[in-house]
Amino acid sequence: MPYHCVVLVKQVPDTANITGKAMKEDGTVNRAALPAIFNPEDLNALEMALRIKEEHGGQVTVLTMGPPRAADVLRDALYRGADRAILLTDRKTAGSDTLATSYALACAVERVGRDFGPIDLVLCGRQAIDGDTAQVGPQVAEKLGVPQITYAETIREMHNGDLVATRALPLGLETVKCALPCLLTVVSSANRPRPPSVRRMMAYKLAATPLEYGSILEQWPEFGSEEELDGYLAERGQKIMVWSAADVGADLERVGLSGSPTKVLKVDFVSLAAGDSKEIDASQEGVAELLEELTREYIL
Amino acid sequence: MAEMREVWIFVEQEEGTIAPVSLELLGKARDLAGELDGRVCALLMGHGIAELSQQAIQHGADKVFLAEDPQLAVYRTLPFAEVAINLVREHKPYILLFGATPIGRDLAPRVASAVRAGLTADCTDLRIGSYERGGKRYDDLLYQIRPAFGGNLIATIVNPEMHPQMATVREGVMKLGKPDRQRQGQIERIETSFNGSHSPLEVLSREIRLPTVDLKGASVIVAGGMGIGSREGFDLIRELAHVLGGEVAGSRAAVDAGFISAEHQVGQTGVTVRPRLYIACGISGAVQHRAGMDQSSKIIAINTDPHAPIFEIAHYKIVGDYRKVVPAMIEAYRGDRTPGEDA
Repeated sequence: MPYHCVVLVKQVPDTANITGKAMKEDGTVNRAALPAIFNPEDLNALEMALRIKEEHGGQVTVLTMGPPRAADVLRDALYRGADRAILLTDRKTAGSDTLATSYALACAVERVGRDFGPIDLVLCGRQAIDGDTAQVGPQVAEKLGVPQITYAETIREMHNGDLVATRALPLGLETVKCALPCLLTVVSSANRPRPPSVRRMMAYKLAATPLEYGSILEQWPEFGSEEELDGYLAERGQKIMVWSAADVGADLERVGLSGSPTKVLKVDFVSLAAGDSKEIDASQEGVAELLEELTREYIL
Repeated sequence: MAEMREVWIFVEQEEGTIAPVSLELLGKARDLAGELDGRVCALLMGHGIAELSQQAIQHGADKVFLAEDPQLAVYRTLPFAEVAINLVREHKPYILLFGATPIGRDLAPRVASAVRAGLTADCTDLRIGSYERGGKRYDDLLYQIRPAFGGNLIATIVNPEMHPQMATVREGVMKLGKPDRQRQGQIERIETSFNGSHSPLEVLSREIRLPTVDLKGASVIVAGGMGIGSREGFDLIRELAHVLGGEVAGSRAAVDAGFISAEHQVGQTGVTVRPRLYIACGISGAVQHRAGMDQSSKIIAINTDPHAPIFEIAHYKIVGDYRKVVPAMIEAYRGDRTPGEDA
């Protein structure tokens, strides 16, 4: 039996090396100043979906919400084997917290179901490395009214509209049986994501969103006009669809800042400048003071 | 006159034992409720766990909402969420907190989404304070303080309007208070109505798996080198790691000497790590080792040799014998938090 899997992915700033320039005055992150990568555990979710398709047939739709440049992770997903990619992008969703983000994503998932056929599974990474909240998956599941399996590591079997999966929890493995449709948040130990395929990179060389048509035409003027290019890409499955909040039927009051209950009051840096160092006395008092300082600074 | 503000704690229990983080949170809730002139309520769910209500009261709850049902015997998202969502809708708590455990992180977002409240993950501190925005002032809000961006930043989040103010809180950051055996509280039994309703998810089995080494995911790493001197010496390293909730690592020299197994090796030929805190004990600091850990947010180096190269990259230098310094750390950290009889 074929399955329609929708994978929610996110382009994230590489949080490994953060400097002062990455922060704006208002305490939000200047994402443009950081290298952007495919959120690691979302790759595990994509891999899980691709294996379901290989084993049972079906289709894999990849969806992301983000700025226009997030199309990069969608192209990457196409190179790895996804059938279809959709970018939900809208200035009105800027500043969304997890509640507003999950609402917009759930609206988009529902539209995927309407446009491309009923959905059996929604998959996403356990959490994104820029926020580490692990909240969007369960919140999307709640909005879609489907059960959730967090910390999913393996799918043992799928049949008769049920799925048996294991969850990797710190203390051990839990095996659950769940009726489809459901949502899985996938952990990094689930699998080793396949790399982009060279063959598919060639095939999807021109894959683009309509927002990028201008720059493609500059490079390949032989396409003539955006309409011609659009027809060419759409026919070959290389058009990355772009949806706005209104396109997915989202209530605009529930996205962006107005739809986000949480506000950032302030942001403080914790890291010491390089080269800063302190001598600590090897006594009980010296050590106790050090641990107190580390606790105060949220290191411990 | 506003209604009394309530601080609610989801009291997580498994097989009749309350999670330590829930007891920590009950103590914190007492402090918050004191500042807000409010009261503390515990939300306790399970099957055959009524006696845990007293423990929740002794740790700070004024009132326990107790839901007992065979459907709640093993944690599953949907039945637990249903009980919590109904109660939140009915009572409108001011604050609702969960431990940032796998269960708390599974349940809290489900509940927050349903009641359309803000939720902050993995807080390391909570305070009460005010907030101004657009000419409007909000008093007595919950400051939800958490590390962000891979631990490089500390963000303070508020949720001014769409209450409850919800957060998950990291284990071990709030002090575990002593139970007060004299404390009195009210217990309200909650009627559940799962009977007959088919749940889409069932738990087939649970197996305890020995913890595997997760150096990359660890936020605290305690590492030992040749200076540890023996296999037995690593027991002390392990104990410190355990107390701090971290992982144990070794330098290549320690692994080659057989003090510790290879999956613990940090360095060029081992794993590269970037924890919030790296404690290097008896490690000289060869380039091969430093390459695997020099991106750690904070490094403490303990070595008897004041000229050991590890000190060049350490944020905190302790010239001394790990046999003395490590026990001092264990004692200092435990002394700070151990509550006594109930720990």
